[in-house]
Amino acid sequence: MMLRLSGLFAMLCIASLMIGAQQLVWSDVFDSSKSAWLTLTASRIPRLVALVLTGVGLSVSGVILQHIVRNKFVEPATSGGLDAAKLGVLVALTMLPGASTSSKMLFAMAFCFAASLLFIAIISRIQFKNTVLIPVLGLMYGSVLSAIAEFYAYKNNILQSMQGWLLGDFSRVVQGHYELIYIILPIIILAYLYAHRFTVLGMGEEMSTSLGLGYASTAALGLILVAVTVAASVITIGAIPFVGLVIPNLVALKYGENLSRTLPIVALGGACLLLLCDIFGRLILYPFEVPIGLTAGGVGGVMFLILIMRGAR
Amino acid sequence: MITVHNLHKDYGKKSVLTNVSLAFPKGCITSLIGPNGAGKSTLLMMMAKLLEPSSGHVSFDGQNISDIRTAEYAHHVATLRQSPGFNLRLTVEELISFGRFPYSRGSLTKQDSQIIDEAIDFLALEDLRHAYLDELSGGQRQMAFLAMTIAQQTDVLLLDEPLNNLDMKHAVQIMQALRRLCDEQKRTVILVIHDINFAANYSDHIVALKNGALSFSGPAEQVVTETNLGNLYELNFEIIRSKRGCLCNYFN
Repeated sequence: MMLRLSGLFAMLCIASLMIGAQQLVWSDVFDSSKSAWLTLTASRIPRLVALVLTGVGLSVSGVILQHIVRNKFVEPATSGGLDAAKLGVLVALTMLPGASTSSKMLFAMAFCFAASLLFIAIISRIQFKNTVLIPVLGLMYGSVLSAIAEFYAYKNNILQSMQGWLLGDFSRVVQGHYELIYIILPIIILAYLYAHRFTVLGMGEEMSTSLGLGYASTAALGLILVAVTVAASVITIGAIPFVGLVIPNLVALKYGENLSRTLPIVALGGACLLLLCDIFGRLILYPFEVPIGLTAGGVGGVMFLILIMRGAR
Repeated sequence: MITVHNLHKDYGKKSVLTNVSLAFPKGCITSLIGPNGAGKSTLLMMMAKLLEPSSGHVSFDGQNISDIRTAEYAHHVATLRQSPGFNLRLTVEELISFGRFPYSRGSLTKQDSQIIDEAIDFLALEDLRHAYLDELSGGQRQMAFLAMTIAQQTDVLLLDEPLNNLDMKHAVQIMQALRRLCDEQKRTVILVIHDINFAANYSDHIVALKNGALSFSGPAEQVVTETNLGNLYELNFEIIRSKRGCLCNYFN
């Protein structure tokens, strides 16, 4: 299975490099004086790297969050994390007008982390635990955060620039403006090293404690990994909802949830889904583009509905 | 071994356990019995280091367990609670392999795999090895969880109502497995159990709690008497002893 998925992944990568408004002539690629070389190094390769890292990061974040919350319908978009990260960027923009990208990232991360903690605190107080209720609550919670962000943006006259990162869009990714996304790479490695512990986390607090796992510290580490990934992706690409929900659920159906075994499949799956959505978005209105926030959000939203209806049964 | 000293537990103003002191004998099956709300599970949770006592302490081999690190304690004491919220999609084998987590922390050694195989053999789960937990019946699931606890290879196993919702056959299978764990592997098993007949026939030692206090404790054959049980459950008991064990009749 890994082999077939890797094959699909490689094909999608090549397709992603070849498709775009500027025709790419392969014979010119290795001549560094030609424009094809520039297209490739300044735009296509950065875009591919950003797509792959974001896809992997978001689906891995989703699966980690699902183990922490113990609900398979939770991901950054259905637990307020994504909206909180957006609010964080906004606060950074208005409080520190000349803020560097990395300080915006810090704000986004802190907001995302705090919002996720608050979400967990809220749902642990709810007596009536319904699998479907939790993500619905998360969506409501996210809408509240989003409304605060919009009000805040309106008051500070930056509603327009906020629309920019409301919707994930890879067309802004060019050399020099995307490098922050590389921070996802060490996060993925850490997630893989801790995969076994995150699975134990998914067994619940009592069972992980009796297996000798420090529950609170491991959960906190997981939330930090999620917050960094979400913050980095919101700042460089924008919000892409539901990737972290669709892929882990599909993988779980077929391969189970033992993360040390399934995490690579989840990661590759996430990358493939984003690549597919991106290629589709680039071709449908060629030579113009549909932002990936729309395509991935659309695909993800439909899948989310299907999964939630299956779960409700 | 595990001893508890003057243990108290309050939830808010309500105290659920008052002044319980006990020593649990090594290499025996000890059953914690008593009516609902007697504090049996609370006592078990405190011994498992999953709940802090309000006062008093639990010690393991003479050491206060609050001084033992969680990771270290998992080498000595394994706990199995009811897990209705468990929704991870794992195969039986994967679940059992997590019993090795306290030792391997993720990378299974050859020895770990061998212990996992032994646990699977011990409960005859070979046919279910690759089945997913959510496809199993309640009894099979419980067996899988027990196998995971066995694979943890601890001296002490704490089980909270392991027979809950099981049919008679699975209940007998689990109790026989626990009996073998004690007799063959010299492990100590402490369990909360509601079925007085299983408790009387399979355990060496009985601890009875009522309203958060110790009612009686001692070797099963000495303390299972009509008076003791009658006082404990406020029911009229008749105990019929035969070659196949004893039968506590409280049905009419």
